[in-house]
Amino acid sequence: MALVEPPIAVTPEQEELAGLDALAQAESAGRRSGQGSFGAVWSATWPKLVAVVVVLVLWQVVAWSGWRPWYVLPGPAPVLRRLLEDLSTAATWHAVATTMRRALLGFSLAVVIGLALGVAVSRSEVLRRGIGSLLTGVQTMPSIAWFPLALILFQFSEGAIFFVVVIGGAPSVANGVISGIDHVPPLLIRAGRTLGAQGWSLLRLVILPAALPAIVGGLKQGWAFAWRSLLAGELIVILGSRPSLGARLELMRQSADSVGLIATMLLLLCIGVAVDAAGFGPLERHLRRRRGLEVS
Amino acid sequence: MTTLAEPTMALEMCDTTSAVPQVQVRAVSMLHGDPRHPVRALDGISLDIGPGEFVCVVGASGCGKSTLLNLLAGLDDPTVGSIAVAGRTSLMFQDAALFPWLTARGNVEVALELDGVARRDRRPQAEELLRTVHLEAFADRRPHELSGGMRQRVALARALARRCDLLLMDEPFGALDAMTRDLLHDELERLWIERGCAVMFVTHNVREAVRLADRVVLLSSRPGRVVGEFDIDLERPRRIGSPEVAELAAPIAERLREEVVRHGAR
Repeated sequence: MALVEPPIAVTPEQEELAGLDALAQAESAGRRSGQGSFGAVWSATWPKLVAVVVVLVLWQVVAWSGWRPWYVLPGPAPVLRRLLEDLSTAATWHAVATTMRRALLGFSLAVVIGLALGVAVSRSEVLRRGIGSLLTGVQTMPSIAWFPLALILFQFSEGAIFFVVVIGGAPSVANGVISGIDHVPPLLIRAGRTLGAQGWSLLRLVILPAALPAIVGGLKQGWAFAWRSLLAGELIVILGSRPSLGARLELMRQSADSVGLIATMLLLLCIGVAVDAAGFGPLERHLRRRRGLEVS
Repeated sequence: MTTLAEPTMALEMCDTTSAVPQVQVRAVSMLHGDPRHPVRALDGISLDIGPGEFVCVVGASGCGKSTLLNLLAGLDDPTVGSIAVAGRTSLMFQDAALFPWLTARGNVEVALELDGVARRDRRPQAEELLRTVHLEAFADRRPHELSGGMRQRVALARALARRCDLLLMDEPFGALDAMTRDLLHDELERLWIERGCAVMFVTHNVREAVRLADRVVLLSSRPGRVVGEFDIDLERPRRIGSPEVAELAAPIAERLREEVVRHGAR
């Protein structure tokens, strides 16, 4: 409404009305309103801030209690100072780059394999009976348990890391695809079939789009598993030419650098939160909104 | 020259052989469920639908109307008997069954894509189809942003996107309010006359059947049998509230009531 108004002079009052109108329209269209306004940002942020403050206070209290000497368990102040210092060095960013490159490459591989596996299992009764439960079994297997085999197969190389990342992430992706496809409403499949869809066209035009929200859920879980496997792998496979975040953790442990160790862990936590906040979160919300599943 | 003329000839041949029915159902029975305790959904149904004919099938719930539609749509095979459908079918459900991730236009475009329409032609054709159901202004809306009546219109446009000789409709307006249904009857009748395809329309509303049909076929319940056929020779356009429609509907409704009472069904 505000868009089609003629370009005549508007009083502030009218402007406000148009704004409210636009807000109501956005809401009725199932969109989240008030994005960008300070109040909305604040109401989304303050609970997180309070949580962070509470954690910092508890941490400080434990550090002050003298349960462990300060050089073993430092308080938040020196750790945060170290984190800021670390973030200004090229070596840190080099390590972040190595780890993220491995994460993206390994996860992409896991997604491709998981998607193919999930589609195959969900469309074939024989495959489902054969490896359906095996997938869940592999999914629950701790990634660290794969390492001895990975090291024998690939020695101390990036291959060993990728092997574990893929085997950690792919089953989750596959299971997301399978449960997504299993829960596609039969009516939509019938509608597709009566329009002439079958085989590949039914999969591409009806089944996969209908299963997409569950598939994204599987991707999210697969990412979590892949990320964990990656860090476990980097603790073990340390390549001198490729400084990574996992290798930093291990080297700091060996040199008893608690401050640096916890600072690096905080950095890992921040990366995890950022991936969810910038990647999966908006993607899931976008999908839900488009299908009219978002209530706000 | 001759090679060019041949397809046209073939088309004309099809048009002139209108004596051949579009649909030929012969002694079809259908059993459902557990083979040891089967449920007989249809029992010895025989039915013809001529090209361009509008047939309404009326029956109480449980008469196997949906089973019959599935058979005609080729989604199931009959247990006994034969079904011959000349040409292509398109099916429309009681629930619009639109794809919720696509806009109204996208839903129609999918049908066009599955019908083999080239990519660059899909958008204008989808918009043309939406215009025929008066939804051109809502092309970019998603199903959840449309009213029930609008969703059914999109479903109708999507069903029509598939070039078909027989349009099957499974209580398509059953969940709509009377006014919306009335308007959609007008639109359906107009599109049917424009397209010249045969329609088989399933409903439990006798007046709706008389409003729309050339012929009303009455099915009994459990198992479904054809118990009566009624030719409707009223001039079009008809009004569902008109005395003529009510007059013709009365004996059919009476016959339907007998069937329902006889079976002790709801």
